[in-house]
Amino acid sequence: MSDAPAMTSMNLALEGRAAALLPLTVRDLVLRVDRATVLDGVNLDLGASGCTMIMGANGAGKSLLLKLLHGLMPPTSGQIRWGDHAPSAVTARQALVFQKPVLLRRSVAANIDFALKARGKDMARREALLDHVGLSHKADQPARLLSGGEAQRLALARALATDPEVLFLDEPTASLDPASVLAIERIVSEARGRGVRIIFVTHDIGQARRMADDVVFLHRGRVAEHTAAASFFPEPHSDAARNYLSGTIVV
Amino acid sequence: MGEALGLAVGLVLSGDADLLQIVLLSLRVSLTATAIACLVGLLIGALVAIGRFRGRNAVLILMNALMGLPPVVVGLLVYLHLSRSGPLGFLGLLYTPTAMIIAQAILITPIIAALSRQVLEDLHAEYAEQFRSLCLTRWQTVQALLWDARYSLLTVGLAGFGRAVAEVGAVIIVGGNIDHLTRVMTTAIALETSRGDLALALALGIILLVIALGVNAAVQAVRMTAARQAYV
Amino acid sequence: MLKTSIMASAVAVLLGGAAWAQDQSIIVQSTTSTANSGLFDYMLPIFQKETGIQVNVVAVGTGQAIKNAENCDGDVLLVHAKASEEKFVAAGFGTIRTDLMYNDFVIVGPATDPAGVGGMQDVQGALVQIAEKGAMFASRGDDSGTHKKEMALWADTGVDPLGASGTWYRETGSGMGATLNTGIGMGAYVLTDRATWISFENKQDYVIQVQGDEDLFNQYGVIPVNPAKCPSVKADAAQTFADWLVSDEGQAVIAGFKIADQQLFFPNAPRN
Repeated sequence: MSDAPAMTSMNLALEGRAAALLPLTVRDLVLRVDRATVLDGVNLDLGASGCTMIMGANGAGKSLLLKLLHGLMPPTSGQIRWGDHAPSAVTARQALVFQKPVLLRRSVAANIDFALKARGKDMARREALLDHVGLSHKADQPARLLSGGEAQRLALARALATDPEVLFLDEPTASLDPASVLAIERIVSEARGRGVRIIFVTHDIGQARRMADDVVFLHRGRVAEHTAAASFFPEPHSDAARNYLSGTIVV
Repeated sequence: MGEALGLAVGLVLSGDADLLQIVLLSLRVSLTATAIACLVGLLIGALVAIGRFRGRNAVLILMNALMGLPPVVVGLLVYLHLSRSGPLGFLGLLYTPTAMIIAQAILITPIIAALSRQVLEDLHAEYAEQFRSLCLTRWQTVQALLWDARYSLLTVGLAGFGRAVAEVGAVIIVGGNIDHLTRVMTTAIALETSRGDLALALALGIILLVIALGVNAAVQAVRMTAARQAYV
Repeated sequence: MLKTSIMASAVAVLLGGAAWAQDQSIIVQSTTSTANSGLFDYMLPIFQKETGIQVNVVAVGTGQAIKNAENCDGDVLLVHAKASEEKFVAAGFGTIRTDLMYNDFVIVGPATDPAGVGGMQDVQGALVQIAEKGAMFASRGDDSGTHKKEMALWADTGVDPLGASGTWYRETGSGMGATLNTGIGMGAYVLTDRATWISFENKQDYVIQVQGDEDLFNQYGVIPVNPAKCPSVKADAAQTFADWLVSDEGQAVIAGFKIADQQLFFPNAPRN
């Protein structure tokens, strides 16, 4: 991939800011959707920095957990606290990149401008952001004609435009080719390096190995285990995670 | 029909000044009415599209029902208000193009509102979570939806314009079909029909149809350009 | 930006419209028969050239014209229903009513003449015959001058056509031209003023079947709307127009209006 993102320095002084939002504490979180119990008593504590991968089979409730943490929807019961704050109070200090990027029907540049303007950020940062994700040469092109990888990089740039303290990623590379996957991972790693707290949902075990500091494994609406990456991959505690990693089908 | 077609072509080729005036007034009245109706209707459509409030279903039913407003009833209501003996009589607007614009704007605002509501609600379903993640205000959401749906809304505006330029019941009451002042294509057609000059009436109808085709083609061209950029 | 400019142009249109209406122009509430015949198209340019006053004609049924004038939505009333006009003046809506011109009503029908009234002069007799034969008759049914005339003629005959409404007696609720179109479409007899008939272009096989009865006389009157009731009225211009119509010159212009060499209206303003 020729237009891999260049690691330009960005004036995003984030160090230390995320501390105010963290730790994250989740207690007895329950979510029912149309009578189906999607999350059934989730308990979780996340520390101040790093990249947490959330894994689990389809339907384990990963995406909905992200939305709850981001304050996009209220839980049925239970509690989520970002430091002293409720999730909906701190949505603006976080950003979420969806599996399928939701791009506006405008140019690439206008998509960045939209986020900058919505959050009252310095509009002059657009160039740096596009450069950062390797899309400077496509600034004037319609965003919805980008390839899958480009579109996701644009979505990522738009998320970074809001200077998030926490960045959620919901399977952002699910349908991308390997080069695009690496490009995305590099941008995310760079953000992590600047102190952005990363919470990353993935099905890609290789990706999880490359990116994770710790892994939260969801199974049937509960946290089956929450382990440091170094010990999760060689030796998961839970049967569910072990089966998942070994490729055994578990329903 | 053949006679009418020949007459229509002849009328256009002759460059008849009266005809030109009537055509231009038709366009001026209906385009202005459409612009005003869009201003109001799009805002209503957008607010209802993103709003979750008690009685929303009733509002939807009302909006859809108002799409079927009979032009004569609108004409009569506007007449009663603009009449010298009515509450707005002091404005002296009855029997002016402005009165016709008002009547047509009222007639098509529900159409713009109801159709745009559907368009914007569909778009909002796609954007809603992203917008909430960006913490957009209601007003920012409305603006973004209106802008991103602009090419679809062009078609909505067209539907409104089509209804406005084709209606006769309202403008004949509030405009009075006054020669050289408030006579538009449809009232001219009505007049020629009542004079029994059916061929001329039909010829005017053909010209109106051609104008409508032209406006539609122009909008379609814009939309196709937009579609190539995936902006639709 | 865009929205501001749309708003600005909307305001401009509104203001422009208002300014337009304040020029030296008057509104005449009149009937479809005078407008559709082309009399105004012939007469008004002459008047405007002399006085600079533009006359805008709203052509509706006499009933609606009177109603509009009562709402102060006109400066001059020019219609043909003497009784209603006198009531209009008596109620203070008009200053003074002057006879202006006349023509006459005729009954037109299909050449086949199913009721056999062709050539009759006695209009009441012809109506009775149409009713008895149950031949189709199309009525304006819109409270216009022509409709009032027709109802008065039926009253003379003692036949109540409304009892047959929807069968052989059909009320179109429309203007003269529309009623002629409808009547001709269903082979019905129609009472119409002669001017509209002569200028009507969709006659098909229809001919005048009944004419010449004194009772078919059709008198037009002109009434300036009373500024005492309607302060918005342009009284001076309205009076100028009314005076011109009944002047020797105006009367000559009316007499000079012809279609296919036929005079459509006969001036009969009182000589002073």
